[in-house]
Amino acid sequence: MPGFLEWLETPVGQVPRVSTALSFCDHLGACKVRWGIGRMSYMVPPGLYAVGHPAEDAPVVVTANYKMSYDIVRCTLAGRNCWLLVLETYGINVWCAAGKGTFGTGELVRRIAASGLAEVVSHRKLLLPILGAPGVSANEVARRTGFNVSYATIRAADLPEYLDNGMMTTPAMRELTFTFYERLVLIPVELVLALKSIAIVGGVALLSAAALGNLAAGIWSFAAYLGAVLAGIVLGPLLLPWLPGRSFALKGAAVGLVWGGLFYLLAGGARSVPVMVAIFLALPAVSAFHTLSFTGCSPFTSRSGVKKEMVIALPAMGGALLMGVVLLVASRFL
Amino acid sequence: MKGFRYLKDVVTLKLDRAACIGCGRCLEVCPHQVFLLAGRKASLRDRDVCMECGACALNCPVKAITVDAGVGCASGMINEWLRERKLGKLGGGNCCS
Repeated sequence: MPGFLEWLETPVGQVPRVSTALSFCDHLGACKVRWGIGRMSYMVPPGLYAVGHPAEDAPVVVTANYKMSYDIVRCTLAGRNCWLLVLETYGINVWCAAGKGTFGTGELVRRIAASGLAEVVSHRKLLLPILGAPGVSANEVARRTGFNVSYATIRAADLPEYLDNGMMTTPAMRELTFTFYERLVLIPVELVLALKSIAIVGGVALLSAAALGNLAAGIWSFAAYLGAVLAGIVLGPLLLPWLPGRSFALKGAAVGLVWGGLFYLLAGGARSVPVMVAIFLALPAVSAFHTLSFTGCSPFTSRSGVKKEMVIALPAMGGALLMGVVLLVASRFL
Repeated sequence: MKGFRYLKDVVTLKLDRAACIGCGRCLEVCPHQVFLLAGRKASLRDRDVCMECGACALNCPVKAITVDAGVGCASGMINEWLRERKLGKLGGGNCCS
Protein backbone atom coordinates (compact mmCIF):
# COMPACT_ATOMS: atom_id res chain seq x y z
CA MET A 1 0.00 0.00 0.00
CA PRO A 2 1.17 3.55 -0.70
CA GLY A 3 3.36 5.16 1.97
CA PHE A 4 3.82 1.93 3.96
CA LEU A 5 6.53 2.16 6.62
CA GLU A 6 6.08 -0.81 8.95
CA TRP A 7 3.53 -2.88 10.81
CA LEU A 8 2.27 -1.62 14.13
CA GLU A 9 1.10 -4.13 16.76
CA THR A 10 -2.38 -3.39 18.16
CA PRO A 11 -4.88 -5.41 20.24
CA VAL A 12 -6.56 -6.48 17.01
CA GLY A 13 -3.40 -7.38 15.13
CA GLN A 14 -1.10 -5.54 12.79
CA VAL A 15 -2.01 -2.12 11.42
CA PRO A 16 0.08 -0.47 8.70
CA ARG A 17 2.00 2.61 9.82
CA VAL A 18 2.19 5.02 6.89
CA SER A 19 4.43 7.92 5.95
CA THR A 20 3.21 11.53 6.02
CA ALA A 21 5.52 12.55 3.20
CA LEU A 22 4.46 12.10 -0.39
CA SER A 23 6.86 10.40 -2.78
CA PHE A 24 7.57 11.33 -6.37
CA CYS A 25 5.17 8.53 -7.41
CA ASP A 26 2.37 10.01 -5.27
CA HIS A 27 2.81 13.41 -6.92
CA LEU A 28 3.01 11.86 -10.38
CA GLY A 29 -0.11 9.79 -9.68
CA ALA A 30 -2.04 12.88 -8.56
CA CYS A 31 -0.92 14.71 -11.69
CA LYS A 32 -2.02 11.83 -13.91
CA VAL A 33 -5.50 11.51 -12.41
CA ARG A 34 -6.01 15.26 -12.80
CA TRP A 35 -5.62 14.52 -16.52
CA GLY A 36 -7.99 11.56 -16.31
CA ILE A 37 -5.31 8.84 -16.54
CA GLY A 38 -6.20 5.81 -14.40
CA ARG A 39 -8.63 7.99 -12.47
CA MET A 40 -11.25 5.31 -11.90
CA SER A 41 -8.80 2.88 -10.30
CA TYR A 42 -6.82 5.31 -8.13
CA MET A 43 -7.50 3.79 -4.75
CA VAL A 44 -5.99 2.37 -1.58
CA PRO A 45 -7.23 -0.61 0.46
CA PRO A 46 -9.90 0.42 2.99
CA GLY A 47 -9.24 -0.17 6.69
CA LEU A 48 -7.35 1.21 9.65
CA TYR A 49 -3.98 2.96 9.24
CA ALA A 50 -1.60 4.50 11.77
CA VAL A 51 0.03 7.91 11.36
CA GLY A 52 3.01 8.49 13.65
CA HIS A 53 2.82 6.36 16.81
CA PRO A 54 -0.81 6.60 17.91
CA ALA A 55 -1.83 5.34 21.34
CA GLU A 56 -5.31 4.25 22.38
CA ASP A 57 -6.34 7.85 23.08
CA ALA A 58 -5.21 9.21 19.68
CA PRO A 59 -7.85 10.85 17.43
CA VAL A 60 -9.46 8.85 14.63
CA VAL A 61 -9.70 10.63 11.29
CA VAL A 62 -12.05 9.15 8.68
CA THR A 63 -11.56 9.52 4.93
CA ALA A 64 -12.33 7.92 1.54
CA ASN A 65 -10.19 5.39 -0.30
CA TYR A 66 -9.62 7.66 -3.32
CA LYS A 67 -5.83 7.74 -3.21
CA MET A 68 -5.69 11.52 -3.56
CA SER A 69 -7.96 11.92 -0.51
CA TYR A 70 -5.84 9.45 1.47
CA ASP A 71 -2.60 11.18 0.40
CA ILE A 72 -3.83 14.68 1.26
CA VAL A 73 -5.06 13.57 4.70
CA ARG A 74 -1.95 11.62 5.75
CA CYS A 75 0.23 14.46 4.48
CA THR A 76 -1.61 17.07 6.52
CA LEU A 77 -1.21 14.93 9.68
CA ALA A 78 2.61 15.10 9.53
CA GLY A 79 4.24 15.13 12.97
CA ARG A 80 1.09 13.86 14.72
CA ASN A 81 -0.11 10.58 16.17
CA CYS A 82 -3.47 9.65 14.68
CA TRP A 83 -5.52 6.73 13.49
CA LEU A 84 -6.77 6.94 9.94
CA LEU A 85 -9.93 4.99 9.10
CA VAL A 86 -10.25 4.65 5.33
CA LEU A 87 -13.72 3.79 4.00
CA GLU A 88 -14.38 1.77 0.85
CA THR A 89 -15.73 4.38 -1.58
CA TYR A 90 -14.42 2.55 -4.66
CA GLY A 91 -11.81 5.19 -5.39
CA ILE A 92 -14.25 8.12 -5.28
CA ASN A 93 -13.55 11.29 -3.26
CA VAL A 94 -15.45 12.09 -0.05
CA TRP A 95 -17.86 14.64 -1.54
CA CYS A 96 -18.95 12.59 -4.56
CA ALA A 97 -19.04 9.36 -2.54
CA ALA A 98 -21.21 10.99 0.14
CA GLY A 99 -23.60 12.10 -2.61
CA LYS A 100 -23.93 8.49 -3.75
CA GLY A 101 -24.01 7.13 -0.21
CA THR A 102 -20.86 4.99 -0.48
CA PHE A 103 -19.16 7.33 1.98
CA GLY A 104 -22.11 6.59 4.20
CA THR A 105 -23.59 5.32 7.41
CA GLY A 106 -23.60 1.68 6.30
CA GLU A 107 -19.97 1.60 5.19
CA LEU A 108 -18.79 3.52 8.26
CA VAL A 109 -20.59 1.10 10.61
CA ARG A 110 -19.20 -1.87 8.67
CA ARG A 111 -15.65 -0.50 8.65
CA ILE A 112 -15.69 0.26 12.38
CA ALA A 113 -16.63 -3.36 13.04
CA ALA A 114 -14.26 -4.88 10.46
CA SER A 115 -11.25 -2.89 11.70
CA GLY A 116 -11.89 -3.70 15.37
CA LEU A 117 -11.59 0.04 16.08
CA ALA A 118 -13.48 -0.24 19.40
CA GLU A 119 -10.63 -2.38 20.76
CA VAL A 120 -7.85 -0.22 19.35
CA VAL A 121 -8.96 3.10 20.85
CA SER A 122 -10.24 3.86 24.33
CA HIS A 123 -12.43 6.82 23.32
CA ARG A 124 -15.56 6.85 21.13
CA LYS A 125 -15.06 9.81 18.83
CA LEU A 126 -14.65 9.93 15.06
CA LEU A 127 -13.52 12.97 13.07
CA LEU A 128 -15.29 13.16 9.73
CA PRO A 129 -14.90 15.61 6.86
CA ILE A 130 -17.86 18.02 6.74
CA LEU A 131 -18.42 17.20 3.06
CA GLY A 132 -19.01 13.58 4.10
CA ALA A 133 -22.13 14.56 6.04
CA PRO A 134 -24.57 14.14 3.10
CA GLY A 135 -23.93 10.39 3.34
CA VAL A 136 -23.58 9.85 7.07
CA SER A 137 -26.24 10.02 9.76
CA ALA A 138 -24.33 10.77 12.96
CA ASN A 139 -27.26 9.65 15.11
CA GLU A 140 -27.49 6.29 13.44
CA VAL A 141 -23.74 5.71 13.66
CA ALA A 142 -23.87 6.49 17.40
CA ARG A 143 -26.84 4.21 17.90
CA ARG A 144 -25.30 1.30 16.00
CA THR A 145 -21.65 1.53 17.08
CA GLY A 146 -21.43 3.76 20.15
CA PHE A 147 -19.04 6.07 18.27
CA ASN A 148 -19.84 9.78 18.18
CA VAL A 149 -19.29 11.57 14.92
CA SER A 150 -17.75 15.04 14.88
CA TYR A 151 -17.82 16.84 11.55
CA ALA A 152 -14.43 18.49 11.81
CA THR A 153 -13.49 20.59 8.79
CA ILE A 154 -14.21 20.90 5.07
CA ARG A 155 -10.56 20.94 4.00
CA ALA A 156 -7.98 18.42 5.24
CA ALA A 157 -5.52 21.31 5.41
CA ASP A 158 -7.45 22.73 8.38
CA LEU A 159 -7.13 19.51 10.42
CA PRO A 160 -3.90 20.52 12.21
CA GLU A 161 -5.46 23.78 13.42
CA TYR A 162 -8.63 21.91 14.40
CA LEU A 163 -6.65 19.37 16.43
CA ASP A 164 -4.52 22.09 18.04
CA ASN A 165 -7.42 24.26 19.20
CA GLY A 166 -9.13 21.52 21.17
CA MET A 167 -11.12 20.06 18.27
CA MET A 168 -13.18 23.18 17.71
CA THR A 169 -14.43 24.01 14.22
CA THR A 170 -14.02 27.69 13.44
CA PRO A 171 -16.45 29.39 11.00
CA ALA A 172 -13.70 29.50 8.35
CA MET A 173 -13.24 25.73 8.59
CA ARG A 174 -16.84 25.13 7.58
CA GLU A 175 -17.05 27.67 4.82
CA LEU A 176 -16.66 26.39 1.27
CA THR A 177 -14.45 28.18 -1.20
CA PHE A 178 -14.15 27.84 -4.96
CA THR A 179 -11.04 29.84 -5.79
CA PHE A 180 -9.50 30.40 -9.21
CA TYR A 181 -6.94 27.67 -8.47
CA GLU A 182 -9.57 25.26 -7.14
CA ARG A 183 -11.46 25.71 -10.42
CA LEU A 184 -8.31 25.51 -12.53
CA VAL A 185 -7.27 22.03 -11.31
CA LEU A 186 -10.68 20.63 -12.31
CA ILE A 187 -10.37 21.69 -15.93
CA PRO A 188 -7.88 19.14 -17.36
CA VAL A 189 -10.11 16.16 -16.67
CA GLU A 190 -13.09 17.99 -18.18
CA LEU A 191 -11.03 18.51 -21.34
CA VAL A 192 -10.07 14.84 -21.49
CA LEU A 193 -13.69 13.78 -20.98
CA ALA A 194 -14.74 16.01 -23.89
CA LEU A 195 -12.18 14.53 -26.32
CA LYS A 196 -14.55 11.82 -27.51
CA SER A 197 -17.33 14.21 -28.49
CA ILE A 198 -14.79 16.56 -30.08
CA ALA A 199 -13.46 13.68 -32.20
CA ILE A 200 -16.98 12.67 -33.29
CA VAL A 201 -18.04 16.21 -34.23
CA GLY A 202 -14.72 16.78 -35.98
CA GLY A 203 -15.09 13.56 -37.98
CA VAL A 204 -18.67 14.32 -39.02
CA ALA A 205 -17.85 17.95 -39.95
CA LEU A 206 -14.82 17.06 -42.04
CA LEU A 207 -16.41 14.06 -43.77
CA SER A 208 -19.64 15.85 -44.66
CA ALA A 209 -17.71 18.90 -45.85
CA ALA A 210 -15.53 16.67 -48.01
CA ALA A 211 -18.67 14.97 -49.37
CA LEU A 212 -20.11 18.38 -50.24
CA GLY A 213 -16.84 19.17 -51.99
CA ASN A 214 -15.64 21.91 -49.65
CA LEU A 215 -13.09 20.57 -47.17
CA ALA A 216 -11.91 24.09 -46.30
CA ALA A 217 -15.38 24.94 -44.97
CA GLY A 218 -15.27 21.75 -42.88
CA ILE A 219 -11.94 22.68 -41.30
CA TRP A 220 -13.20 26.21 -40.77
CA SER A 221 -16.38 24.97 -39.00
CA PHE A 222 -14.43 22.52 -36.89
CA ALA A 223 -12.02 25.23 -35.74
CA ALA A 224 -14.98 27.41 -34.76
CA TYR A 225 -16.55 24.50 -32.84
CA LEU A 226 -13.29 23.60 -31.10
CA GLY A 227 -12.85 27.17 -29.93
CA ALA A 228 -16.41 27.19 -28.56
CA VAL A 229 -15.76 23.94 -26.66
CA LEU A 230 -12.57 25.35 -25.15
CA ALA A 231 -14.32 28.59 -24.23
CA GLY A 232 -17.07 26.61 -22.47
CA ILE A 233 -14.74 24.20 -20.67
CA VAL A 234 -11.81 26.49 -19.82
CA LEU A 235 -12.94 30.12 -19.85
CA GLY A 236 -16.46 29.60 -18.47
CA PRO A 237 -15.29 27.91 -15.25
CA LEU A 238 -12.22 30.13 -14.81
CA LEU A 239 -14.18 33.36 -15.22
CA LEU A 240 -17.23 31.97 -13.38
CA PRO A 241 -17.71 34.69 -10.72
CA TRP A 242 -17.26 37.50 -13.23
CA LEU A 243 -19.55 36.26 -16.01
CA PRO A 244 -23.06 37.75 -16.16
CA GLY A 245 -26.09 36.06 -14.59
CA ARG A 246 -26.43 33.14 -12.19
CA SER A 247 -27.24 30.49 -14.74
CA PHE A 248 -24.23 28.45 -15.88
CA ALA A 249 -25.71 28.12 -19.36
CA LEU A 250 -25.97 31.91 -19.60
CA LYS A 251 -22.38 32.34 -18.42
CA GLY A 252 -21.29 29.79 -21.02
CA ALA A 253 -23.27 31.52 -23.75
CA ALA A 254 -21.49 34.76 -22.83
CA VAL A 255 -18.01 33.31 -23.38
CA GLY A 256 -19.30 31.60 -26.53
CA LEU A 257 -20.52 34.94 -27.83
CA VAL A 258 -17.11 36.48 -27.18
CA TRP A 259 -15.46 33.59 -29.00
CA GLY A 260 -17.95 34.01 -31.87
CA GLY A 261 -16.90 37.65 -32.21
CA LEU A 262 -13.23 36.76 -32.06
CA PHE A 263 -13.66 33.99 -34.61
CA TYR A 264 -15.55 36.33 -36.92
CA LEU A 265 -12.62 38.74 -36.81
CA LEU A 266 -10.02 35.96 -37.16
CA ALA A 267 -11.84 34.57 -40.18
CA GLY A 268 -11.47 37.94 -41.84
CA GLY A 269 -14.84 39.55 -41.13
CA ALA A 270 -17.31 40.09 -43.98
CA ARG A 271 -19.22 36.87 -44.59
CA SER A 272 -22.75 36.28 -45.83
CA VAL A 273 -25.53 37.06 -43.38
CA PRO A 274 -26.61 33.40 -42.89
CA VAL A 275 -23.04 32.38 -41.94
CA MET A 276 -22.76 35.26 -39.50
CA VAL A 277 -26.06 34.34 -37.87
CA ALA A 278 -24.93 30.70 -37.74
CA ILE A 279 -21.73 31.68 -35.93
CA PHE A 280 -23.56 33.69 -33.30
CA LEU A 281 -26.23 31.02 -32.76
CA ALA A 282 -24.24 27.79 -32.76
CA LEU A 283 -21.05 28.81 -30.96
CA PRO A 284 -22.69 30.26 -27.82
CA ALA A 285 -24.89 27.13 -27.70
CA VAL A 286 -21.85 24.83 -27.72
CA SER A 287 -20.04 26.85 -25.04
CA ALA A 288 -23.20 27.06 -22.94
CA PHE A 289 -23.55 23.28 -22.95
CA HIS A 290 -20.01 22.75 -21.68
CA THR A 291 -20.17 25.44 -18.99
CA LEU A 292 -23.52 23.97 -17.88
CA SER A 293 -21.69 20.65 -17.43
CA PHE A 294 -19.42 22.37 -14.92
CA THR A 295 -22.37 22.49 -12.50
CA GLY A 296 -21.25 18.96 -11.59
CA CYS A 297 -17.89 20.27 -10.39
CA SER A 298 -19.29 23.30 -8.58
CA PRO A 299 -19.89 23.03 -4.85
CA PHE A 300 -22.81 25.47 -4.79
CA THR A 301 -25.26 24.28 -7.47
CA SER A 302 -28.48 22.65 -6.30
CA ARG A 303 -30.27 19.82 -8.05
CA SER A 304 -33.47 21.88 -8.37
CA GLY A 305 -31.50 24.76 -9.84
CA VAL A 306 -29.77 22.62 -12.43
CA LYS A 307 -33.07 20.99 -13.30
CA LYS A 308 -34.73 24.38 -13.84
CA GLU A 309 -31.80 25.58 -15.87
CA MET A 310 -31.74 22.47 -18.05
CA VAL A 311 -35.45 22.58 -18.87
CA ILE A 312 -34.95 26.03 -20.40
CA ALA A 313 -31.37 25.79 -21.64
CA LEU A 314 -31.26 22.39 -23.32
CA PRO A 315 -34.07 23.07 -25.85
CA ALA A 316 -32.69 26.58 -26.44
CA MET A 317 -29.18 25.23 -27.06
CA GLY A 318 -30.47 22.43 -29.26
CA GLY A 319 -32.58 24.85 -31.30
CA ALA A 320 -29.77 27.37 -31.70
CA LEU A 321 -27.30 24.68 -32.74
CA LEU A 322 -29.71 23.14 -35.23
CA MET A 323 -30.53 26.50 -36.78
CA GLY A 324 -26.85 27.35 -36.97
CA VAL A 325 -26.02 24.12 -38.80
CA VAL A 326 -29.01 24.45 -41.15
CA LEU A 327 -28.02 28.04 -42.00
CA LEU A 328 -24.43 26.99 -42.57
CA VAL A 329 -25.38 24.16 -44.92
CA ALA A 330 -28.03 26.29 -46.66
CA SER A 331 -25.53 29.11 -47.22
CA ARG A 332 -23.57 26.72 -49.44
CA PHE A 333 -26.49 26.63 -51.82
CA LEU A 334 -27.66 30.24 -51.60
CA MET B 1 -19.71 31.00 0.16
CA LYS B 2 -18.26 34.29 -0.89
CA GLY B 3 -18.60 35.41 -4.51
CA PHE B 4 -21.01 32.71 -5.69
CA ARG B 5 -24.78 32.44 -5.72
CA TYR B 6 -26.89 30.09 -7.76
CA LEU B 7 -30.50 30.52 -8.97
CA LYS B 8 -33.06 32.22 -6.75
CA ASP B 9 -36.18 30.58 -5.26
CA VAL B 10 -35.58 27.05 -6.51
CA VAL B 11 -34.42 25.01 -3.53
CA THR B 12 -36.70 22.45 -1.87
CA LEU B 13 -35.32 22.89 1.66
CA LYS B 14 -37.92 23.08 4.43
CA LEU B 15 -37.47 23.49 8.15
CA ASP B 16 -40.19 22.63 10.66
CA ARG B 17 -39.35 25.01 13.50
CA ALA B 18 -41.98 23.49 15.77
CA ALA B 19 -40.22 20.11 15.65
CA CYS B 20 -36.69 21.56 16.03
CA ILE B 21 -34.97 20.87 19.35
CA GLY B 22 -32.13 23.33 18.74
CA CYS B 23 -29.27 20.81 18.82
CA GLY B 24 -27.35 22.76 16.19
CA ARG B 25 -26.33 19.74 14.14
CA CYS B 26 -27.58 21.40 10.92
CA LEU B 27 -25.27 24.36 11.52
CA GLU B 28 -22.39 21.91 11.93
CA VAL B 29 -22.91 20.02 8.67
CA CYS B 30 -24.03 22.80 6.33
CA PRO B 31 -21.11 24.03 4.17
CA HIS B 32 -23.08 27.11 3.11
CA GLN B 33 -24.23 28.47 6.50
CA VAL B 34 -27.89 28.21 5.54
CA PHE B 35 -28.94 27.91 9.20
CA LEU B 36 -28.52 29.90 12.36
CA LEU B 37 -29.72 29.34 15.90
CA ALA B 38 -32.27 31.90 17.04
CA GLY B 39 -34.23 31.52 20.24
CA ARG B 40 -32.94 27.99 20.87
CA LYS B 41 -34.19 26.80 17.52
CA ALA B 42 -32.67 26.61 14.09
CA SER B 43 -33.88 29.06 11.51
CA LEU B 44 -33.12 29.67 7.85
CA ARG B 45 -30.56 32.44 7.45
CA ASP B 46 -30.26 32.30 3.67
CA ARG B 47 -32.32 29.61 1.98
CA ASP B 48 -31.18 30.43 -1.56
CA VAL B 49 -27.58 29.37 -0.96
CA CYS B 50 -28.64 25.79 -0.16
CA MET B 51 -27.19 23.27 -2.63
CA GLU B 52 -29.54 20.48 -1.54
CA CYS B 53 -26.78 18.10 -0.45
CA GLY B 54 -29.11 16.69 2.20
CA ALA B 55 -26.56 16.62 5.05
CA CYS B 56 -28.83 18.58 7.40
CA ALA B 57 -31.90 16.41 6.79
CA LEU B 58 -29.92 13.17 7.22
CA ASN B 59 -28.29 14.39 10.43
CA CYS B 60 -31.33 16.02 12.05
CA PRO B 61 -32.23 13.83 15.05
CA VAL B 62 -35.93 14.78 14.94
CA LYS B 63 -36.41 14.90 11.16
CA ALA B 64 -37.38 18.58 11.28
CA ILE B 65 -35.66 19.23 7.95
CA THR B 66 -36.74 17.98 4.54
CA VAL B 67 -35.03 18.55 1.22
CA ASP B 68 -35.19 16.86 -2.15
CA ALA B 69 -31.50 15.98 -1.92
CA GLY B 70 -29.33 15.19 -4.89
CA VAL B 71 -26.31 16.32 -6.83
CA GLY B 72 -26.58 19.48 -8.93
CA CYS B 73 -24.79 18.03 -11.94
CA ALA B 74 -26.08 18.59 -15.48
CA SER B 75 -24.27 15.63 -17.07
CA GLY B 76 -25.37 13.37 -14.24
CA MET B 77 -28.98 14.42 -14.75
CA ILE B 78 -28.80 13.94 -18.53
CA ASN B 79 -27.37 10.45 -17.95
CA GLU B 80 -30.07 9.71 -15.42
CA TRP B 81 -32.71 10.80 -17.93
CA LEU B 82 -31.14 8.66 -20.68
CA ARG B 83 -30.80 5.66 -18.36
CA GLU B 84 -34.47 5.82 -17.38
CA ARG B 85 -35.38 5.65 -21.07
CA LYS B 86 -32.71 3.02 -21.75
CA LEU B 87 -31.05 5.27 -24.32
CA GLY B 88 -27.46 4.60 -23.29
CA LYS B 89 -25.10 7.10 -21.78
CA LEU B 90 -23.77 10.53 -22.63
CA GLY B 91 -20.12 10.32 -23.55
CA GLY B 92 -17.78 12.23 -21.34
CA GLY B 93 -19.78 13.60 -18.46
CA ASN B 94 -19.03 10.90 -15.93
CA CYS B 95 -17.28 13.31 -13.57
CA CYS B 96 -17.89 11.39 -10.39
CA SER B 97 -19.59 8.18 -11.45
